[in-house]
Amino acid sequence: MNILAIDTSNQVMSTAVLNGDQLIAEYTTNVKKNHSVALMPAIDNILRDAGITPGEIHKIVVARGPGSYTGVRIGVTTAKTLAWTLNIPITGVSSLEAAAYNGFYFPGLICSFFDARRGRVFAAVYKRDGKQLIPVLEEKNIQFTDWLQELKSQKEQVLFIGNNFSLHRENIQELLGDQAVIAEAFMHIPRASVLGHIGKDRDAEDLHSFTPHYLRLAEAEAKWLQTRGNGHE
Amino acid sequence: MKQKTDQYILAIETSCDETAVAIVKNGRDLLSNVVASQIESHKRFGGVVPEIASRHHIEQITIVLEEALQKAGVTMEEIDAIAVTEGPGLVGALLIGVNAAKAIAYAHQKPLVGVHHIAGHIYANRLEKEFSFPLLSLVVSGGHTELIVMKEHGDFQVIGETRDDAAGEAYDKVAKALDLPYPGGPYIDRLAAEGEATIDFPRAWLEEGSYDFSFSGLKTAVMNTLHNARQKGKTLKKEDIAASFQESVIDVLVTKTYRAAREYEVKQLIVAGGVAANKGLRAGLKEQFAGEAIDVLIPPLSLCTDNAAMIAAAGSVAFEQGHRAGLDLNANPSLSLERYAKRSKR
Ligand SMILES: [Zn+2]
Repeated sequence: MNILAIDTSNQVMSTAVLNGDQLIAEYTTNVKKNHSVALMPAIDNILRDAGITPGEIHKIVVARGPGSYTGVRIGVTTAKTLAWTLNIPITGVSSLEAAAYNGFYFPGLICSFFDARRGRVFAAVYKRDGKQLIPVLEEKNIQFTDWLQELKSQKEQVLFIGNNFSLHRENIQELLGDQAVIAEAFMHIPRASVLGHIGKDRDAEDLHSFTPHYLRLAEAEAKWLQTRGNGHE
Repeated sequence: MKQKTDQYILAIETSCDETAVAIVKNGRDLLSNVVASQIESHKRFGGVVPEIASRHHIEQITIVLEEALQKAGVTMEEIDAIAVTEGPGLVGALLIGVNAAKAIAYAHQKPLVGVHHIAGHIYANRLEKEFSFPLLSLVVSGGHTELIVMKEHGDFQVIGETRDDAAGEAYDKVAKALDLPYPGGPYIDRLAAEGEATIDFPRAWLEEGSYDFSFSGLKTAVMNTLHNARQKGKTLKKEDIAASFQESVIDVLVTKTYRAAREYEVKQLIVAGGVAANKGLRAGLKEQFAGEAIDVLIPPLSLCTDNAAMIAAAGSVAFEQGHRAGLDLNANPSLSLERYAKRSKR
């Protein structure tokens, strides 16, 4: 079974082809470049290297957010349209879950997070249970310092995997001290091969209603709800 | 049945707040034209919110694609090329269409053609009647007020454009000042029909011979009139304000269009864009061009507003002229029509 995996939810762009649990080809960049320009040529490249045609893809796994709104939409639009037009199943995987798998063998808690500006993050916490990670704290859009307080009360070692550490390293060390372990730089890069591995045996989504998980309302929508008196993020 | 010589184009348009897919045969024969409008959602905000538009596009895109293929009774194998609006428009909204188009083109190894949104508005008319060159096109919409001369297919010479607000933008702003719902254009048009042009609002003719437009002065004049009346405790009839405003807009549009049509000795006048639905403008142009040997084309309502049939019609010609986009095609929110024209003429 050939699986095409796509992640464009943050600055890193990664796409991979797997045959079952074997990685065939993967292409990953970590540059400030437009995913809309680079994604399709990258997919074309890895499929060529893998020696398979688009019609020979059996399933698509895509990172469905959270992350950059536009970034997530580029990946999800591409994945969703490919799945529709090739008539194959699509599975969405949380971008945070995929990132957390980089710390798979860590014995404590694994916290993955993406910067969401103004001190906020998209974050979740996982723990290994046999051959998979299971969520300990569900993904959230939250003030990072509040999130760290929550982690502190867990009284377990926490491995941090994420982006923009220059903004958050100090807070982590200050609030958690020795309880925190910050992963090495190479482990922060989400890889589509990992995404494909996570999603390969999961159920397919309903294609037409499949959309990104933004974890946050559009600003105008939030304000509109607030003026109607029932607003909350 | 598809003949070998027939050409089928599948087109996608997502530049603003409509998710649209159409299939057109031989550049002129409309097989399906599906439009999912988001207007109800944006009404809450009094205008299109880009982030919300992008979110709706991704919810709708495959549904609209499927419906367009089903209605046309065409399979993907029969499609010769995928056309898509690459600009101008809202970047996040354009990106959904562009990436969906690339996915389809890649999956089926079909040629991909990028289309300029305004070229699309002009070509909407070709679904009704064949072009005869040279022709003049007046494009009026929420984002555009332009006069464009075409000497042949794929050739666009912009001879006049707005220096500030687009005509449709002025309509929306004046409508807001009159407490009319969004989008205000159709409401003003309706009110204007019931009122009388009792107020002499300014007309911006600009320098002698210029085909450019300016509507911000007019908009300000309307605001000032409303403000002054309010201060003096006078109430003005909304109908009369609407009629006076509309008369000023249409006077300038019709006069400049007529002068350009004569100077460039055009055979056809093509009206395009959302404001082409305005009854006052339609009537004004018909009256001015009555008795002239110039054929005035105004598309039916469904082809005036944003749709993908127009993108297919323009894409059909671009495809025939050999224009191809690569898998690295990007959304281009400020794509210029003349740069686009040069590219498709190659
Ligand atoms: Zn338009």
